[in-house]
Amino acid sequence: MIFFVKRAIKDMNGNRFINAVTIVTIALSIFIVSAFGLFFHNVNNLMDTWKKGVRILAYVKKHTKESQITELKDKIQATQGVASLTFISKEESLNQMKDHMKRQAAIFKKLKENPLPDVFEIQMVGIQQGMDDIEILATRIESLPHVSSVEYGQKWLGRFMTMFNLIKFSGFALCGTFLMASVFIVANTIRLLFYSKQEEIEIMRLVGASDNFIKAPFYVEGIIQGVLGGVIGVTALLITYLLISSNMEQGILVDFLSIRFLPIKICLGIILCGIVAGWLGCYLSLKQILKY
Amino acid sequence: MPESNDENTIIRMFRVYKRYGAQNALADINLDIRRNDFLFVNGPSGAGKSTLLKLLYLGEPVSEGQILINGMNLSRVSRKRIPDLRRTFGIIFQDYKLISNKTVFENIALVLEVSGHKSKYIQKKVKSVLRTVGMESKIDAYPPTLSGGEQQRIAVARAITGDPKILLADEPTGSLDAESAMIILNLLKEYHSGGGTVIIATHDKELIRSIRGRIIYLQDGQLQIPKAIEV
Ligand SMILES: Nc1ncnc2c1ncn2[C@@H]1O[C@H](COP(=O)(O)OP(=O)(O)OP(=O)(O)O)[C@@H](O)[C@H]1O
Ligand SMILES: [Mg+2]
Repeated sequence: MIFFVKRAIKDMNGNRFINAVTIVTIALSIFIVSAFGLFFHNVNNLMDTWKKGVRILAYVKKHTKESQITELKDKIQATQGVASLTFISKEESLNQMKDHMKRQAAIFKKLKENPLPDVFEIQMVGIQQGMDDIEILATRIESLPHVSSVEYGQKWLGRFMTMFNLIKFSGFALCGTFLMASVFIVANTIRLLFYSKQEEIEIMRLVGASDNFIKAPFYVEGIIQGVLGGVIGVTALLITYLLISSNMEQGILVDFLSIRFLPIKICLGIILCGIVAGWLGCYLSLKQILKY
Repeated sequence: MPESNDENTIIRMFRVYKRYGAQNALADINLDIRRNDFLFVNGPSGAGKSTLLKLLYLGEPVSEGQILINGMNLSRVSRKRIPDLRRTFGIIFQDYKLISNKTVFENIALVLEVSGHKSKYIQKKVKSVLRTVGMESKIDAYPPTLSGGEQQRIAVARAITGDPKILLADEPTGSLDAESAMIILNLLKEYHSGGGTVIIATHDKELIRSIRGRIIYLQDGQLQIPKAIEV
């Protein structure tokens, strides 16, 4: 095994240019693939937080009696999909507002009557699929007596998710295409190397080399190309990520848009993809060349 | 093919034909070669000498007939077993067939690597075989930098390094001066005296005269009745 690796490395050194080109191409593909991975990973994370934070505000009609409010509270509590709810009375809301707007205290003095409604803040049980869940729950709550209207800030999230799924799908297709391209590039390189060494291979056969003996260094080469391409691609992404995120540190968006790098598992997975691409490329070209 | 009772027969050719298109390169060859034979395949250019050697190591398939080598029937040797067959031979090619971008050491080591020897053993063996052919100083040279006679000696070294049962040599002294030819010949003799079987294809009468061996004569692809070649 070590013997074959040595042979392959020596050989790669002898064909530096073509090997370098192949590795760079794989690295580029891997870079693009992992950039997509990074994007999806973060959007997914973001959406998870959004999903968890989804709340519905149910405004209570004016002049609803206290007993009716208690009744409503029970009803909402009993509705399927509701995790918890908090009642915020109009007085609380007003006080909060006053707190926030101390300078404009004058405005509040002119108020004869609290213009704010009572509100139920409803926390949803985790959302599984689309945003249909919210919509169903929202309409259900809206139809309860004494509810004047319902509001949920993440209305657009539903639409976004549909779009996101679409992007995700095309992203996967694109990644697949790039990986396939890597496979063919490796296959092509191996073929070129093979033909450039045909005389040598013929001689090896004549002195009793088996097919496997002849193939092994090509596999090692393909896999080394895959590993190097993968590592370089992911490292390049990491560097890009670090550059961008250190720039963002100074911006204001940090908390809101804190981008996280891919977990190590996914990085390794992507590098593994590179290796598989290298192996597969080798397999395909040798199968074609040695079909007799 | 008739069964051989002779334990000593290492190669048996039975009604062997080799055709290239309509032309018979070899026709109806029947030949037994015994262990430790020293056999010359003689004949004019184009007679089929190289072709005969090629059939033995499956460099080409036969068109018709059977060849048995060391108990293996060549028509039944699968692609997977071809390497095994080739390792029973050491072959000195007419054009040497050394790998030009590998050093002398690597060229010879290859034979031992393909049969899975340990690198320590390979180091030792290659050095000793190079000493035998008097080329140890060229161990790190590349074949194209060597003279014809030197390359020929490397080719011999490679052929004998795997301790093959049979040595095939195609015009081993083809383009050499008398002195270099003598060196090669002595190497072949040495291998033979170690118990090996030697088959040499040559039209070099000088070479044939210098060793007492068995001689067969090919003409237009046909084996001539041994007419006690005027040695
Ligand atoms: N690959 C091939 N395709 C077609 N014809 C071939 C092929 N190899 C050999 N021949 C023909 O078979 C005949 C025998 O060739 P071979 O090389 O065996 O001759 P030889 O006795 O070795 O000659 P020389 O002494 O010149 O080496 C020749 O007529 C040659 O043209
Ligand atoms: Mg010839």
